[in-house]
Amino acid sequence: MDMLINPTVVELSRAQFALTALYHFLFVPLTLGLSFILATMESVYVITGKPIYKEMTQFWGKLFGINFALGVATGLTMEFEFGTNWSMYSHFVGDIFGTPLAIEGLMAFFMESTFVGVMFFGWDRLSARAHLVVTYLVALGSNLSALWILIANGFMQDPRGGTFDPNTMRMQFSSFVDLIFNPDAQAKFVHTSIAGFVTGSMFVMAISAYYLLTNKRKDIALRSFRIATVFGAISTIGVITLGDALGYIDAHAQPTKLAAMEAIWTTDPHPVSAAWNLIAFPSRSEQKNYFEISIPYVLTPLLTHSEDTVIPGIIQLEQEAKPRIANGIKAMVALKAYNEDHGNTAALATFKKYENDMGYGFLAKEFAPDQDLAKVNASNLPSVLDKTAKATIPNVWVEFWSFRLMVAAGFFMLALFAFAAYYSLKNEIEKHPLLLKVALWSLPLPWVACEFGWITAENGRQPWTVYGWLPTFVSASSHSVGYMIFSLIGFTLLYSSFIAVELYLMFKYARLGPQEQHHHQPEPQTAGGGMAGQPAFAKPSLSPKH
Amino acid sequence: MDIYVALKVLWWLLLGVLLMGLAIMVGMDMGVGALLRFVGKTDGERREALNIVGPHWDGNQVWFILGGGAIFAAFPTLYATSFSVFYIVMILLLFSMIMRPVAFEYRSKVATERWRTSWDWVFLISGAVPMIIYGAAFGNILEGVGFHFGWDGQYYQTESFLSYLLNPFALLCGFLSLALALYQGAAMLMIRGTDPIYSRAKKIGSLSALVAMALFVLGGVLVSGMKGYVLTSGDPAMPANPVSGQVVSQVAGAWLHNYGAHPILWAVPLIALAAMLLGSLAMRAGKAILAWWLGAVAWIGTIATAGVSMFPFLMPSSDNPNQSITVWNGTGSEYNLIWMTIFALIFVPIIISYTTWCFHVMRGKVEPPAAQDDHAY
Ligand code: HDD
Ligand code: HEM
Ligand code: HEM
Repeated sequence: MDMLINPTVVELSRAQFALTALYHFLFVPLTLGLSFILATMESVYVITGKPIYKEMTQFWGKLFGINFALGVATGLTMEFEFGTNWSMYSHFVGDIFGTPLAIEGLMAFFMESTFVGVMFFGWDRLSARAHLVVTYLVALGSNLSALWILIANGFMQDPRGGTFDPNTMRMQFSSFVDLIFNPDAQAKFVHTSIAGFVTGSMFVMAISAYYLLTNKRKDIALRSFRIATVFGAISTIGVITLGDALGYIDAHAQPTKLAAMEAIWTTDPHPVSAAWNLIAFPSRSEQKNYFEISIPYVLTPLLTHSEDTVIPGIIQLEQEAKPRIANGIKAMVALKAYNEDHGNTAALATFKKYENDMGYGFLAKEFAPDQDLAKVNASNLPSVLDKTAKATIPNVWVEFWSFRLMVAAGFFMLALFAFAAYYSLKNEIEKHPLLLKVALWSLPLPWVACEFGWITAENGRQPWTVYGWLPTFVSASSHSVGYMIFSLIGFTLLYSSFIAVELYLMFKYARLGPQEQHHHQPEPQTAGGGMAGQPAFAKPSLSPKH
Repeated sequence: MDIYVALKVLWWLLLGVLLMGLAIMVGMDMGVGALLRFVGKTDGERREALNIVGPHWDGNQVWFILGGGAIFAAFPTLYATSFSVFYIVMILLLFSMIMRPVAFEYRSKVATERWRTSWDWVFLISGAVPMIIYGAAFGNILEGVGFHFGWDGQYYQTESFLSYLLNPFALLCGFLSLALALYQGAAMLMIRGTDPIYSRAKKIGSLSALVAMALFVLGGVLVSGMKGYVLTSGDPAMPANPVSGQVVSQVAGAWLHNYGAHPILWAVPLIALAAMLLGSLAMRAGKAILAWWLGAVAWIGTIATAGVSMFPFLMPSSDNPNQSITVWNGTGSEYNLIWMTIFALIFVPIIISYTTWCFHVMRGKVEPPAAQDDHAY
């Protein structure tokens, strides 16, 4: 008999993945966006020859470096975590899912990481033009890495390009084209990299606003502010447009996610007048919203871009899942029989008949007596169906509110960038200190949007790791609780100290600003340290120990 | 030969190339990290040592990342099982590895002694621990690993992590790996470093090579007596499913069978040994670039020795030898391997050219950087 899956281990594995992935994504968006902003500033330098743009590139480049280090460090964890914690998952889809990850390494990480060293260290060794090319290659590399990882993630959201093979007991790669042109992956890529541009723009805008408010290096601050607002306004429009496209794609590929995102419990048979919930307090146990503010006539065109598509509610989706679960159980029982005896052609035929529902059978494993689908019989079937059907719906409360937080942040930033760009282009921005303050204090918003965006995407995919095929419950490695506690505590401690150090350095260097970088007053060396009187980025040698 | 079988063998070779590239390039940077406190006594010297690999460590590290990605794609079940079976060890590897990028980028950003010495310790740990674990993994695998599969492909584990962590043979392999990394790091420090770093690296590096030699010979003696695995039946073209399809037996001394069948293979361990010996001598003679390349050959020979001893095994199971992961049952599908081959053929030459270009741009001796130098660590 197979060993039982311990639900606590699955929960801990999920918690660890969520922690490490959300943490990785604190650093990724800034890399994605700031790298292109650096390339833009440097392009202006190369075209106009004005040294101030070189200084700008180097100043923002320093902050880029502080962020980049942690993106790399936390990315390492991600690359191995599928193997360390999602063994069944890796076995089941590695043939397809591993490929974009490998290509990401070959095509993107090598490029980005090799050139980033030359970007930081090669200013005096390359012509201005050659250095600019290197900066562009870094930006291109980081965005290509987003492309491939999101192709991988797109496969989890809407599995295309693979088929299940009962002889290898895994999904096998069957179409490269389907994998990379998956609409979910494409929209995700554009939405996510533009979200990175929004993040980079907000970062530069907010810190420049701080310099304007405190009268530091206005020459650099005003120019940076203008580049950032224009970049930011355009990108925010892009992110919202693509976000709308993502919702539209979800409506087709992941109806359960969509229903949860909008907290739709019952199907409205009149699509034209169906109401869209602006605010709702969903209750899972009662399958309704306690309180809602909703706007009629908005839902259908907003989500489906049509007037007459009926959007199924959660209650209906649960009912529709039941026959698939019943078939899936038959498929899994037959699959096991076939695996124990490859001569059992009857079992293979039964499996083939219900193959498309096998994921739902897998999902029922959690609720079958002793997690054994062979023990599902006429008397316990209704209760297994009931529990499994309920499990096909993600946590509505989390889904509804994380989506709304992202969208709210998006529209707020659009307004902010639009005003800031307007006044900045009119050269009047310094007359509006309040706007500058709002710009400064809005600094965390793109991160809020990105993190909640991922929670929307990944929580909404639950209970699946591969939508419709592989449940999260069976995906995790069979570790002991003790192992998981060890690694979770370790990651928590390490990552907390990392973020403390990174924020300390970010604030330190952002506060110091570019102004003192004007060169080379000879500096008295204070033994044992202190940055007092040092140029902003000096790295004084410590005098040898005596 | 069947195309699928040819692809399986090709990817076994490429797996070897990856593990070698990883060992040479990442090992070098980790060697420098581990040596930092010993070759540099003052802050200026340590910064010089760091800046020798400063522009390249991130690019080199991608060998490690690509190792993860390529094993995931080309050997999905190996990726799924090995990293989970060695969980605690892998997590310790990750913990130590992820401190390194942070140390590079942050060490020189604050000018207090406490700050910098703390990061120097991080360099020591994040250089030495991963290299020991890297070698120890080979050791554990040679001895066979306690896992088996359920019918659905989920692995189950029967040994505790302590038996992997505190296993004497695995530790021997771990120290072999560390010694080679220290050697490779020392060679790089000599190529781009100035005195006193140069002469300290020379001393430590030439000694490391001899230590590596001794460990390699001792390891060989132990392997010749240990229980190896023999594939008694199994079609190389079988579907990639370790749950069924092959029969394996455990035989003492089996890891030498391939050498018995093809005596020419003895050249592989001999090349490794020769490279270590000549490397030590070259280093002593001050021929740093030659010493670096001999270090690379030593790594290639060492990893190839493990590979040819075990072929076709990738990770033998001591629980249920029939479920051992082999080249025949552990790879991706044919379709996948074809695509992976296409991408490797296109991108590996591109990567090698721009990596060479970057090393060329940053070539030359590194001096202790000036306090105000913005373009150095
Ligand atoms: C600056 C960041 C940012 C902003 C302002 C927005 N998003 Fe977003 N969103 C992301 C950053 C993000 C993200 C972090 O990039 C996510 C997570 C997964 C993904 O593909 O992108 C995401 C996911 C995501 C998803 C889930 C995708 C899935 O199902 O997998 C939807 C439906 C939207 N977004 C829609 C929107 C809409 C309608 C927005 C309108 C304002 C919006 N997003 C603003
Ligand atoms: C860096 C951006 C990402 C963030 C912030 C993120 C966030 C999350 C979160 C919050 C969860 C937990 C969901 C839950 O249990 O309710 C999760 C799960 C998961 N995500 Fe993502 N994710 C990211 C990218 C990806 C990508 C690109 C992939 C695939 C390539 C991926 C694969 C997974 C897997 C395998 C799980 C575990 C199974 C599960 O609990 O669903 N994630 N992620
Ligand atoms: C769970 C899946 C993920 C894995 C396995 C992963 C893996 C990695 C690895 C190994 C690195 C370090 C590369 C280096 O040394 O340069 C890295 C960095 C990076 N990753 Fe991720 N990553 C994941 C999710 C994401 C997502 C969702 C994105 C973007 C949408 C992303 C974008 C980046 C970028 C831009 C970098 C460059 C360094 C930085 O972040 O500052 N990653 N990732």
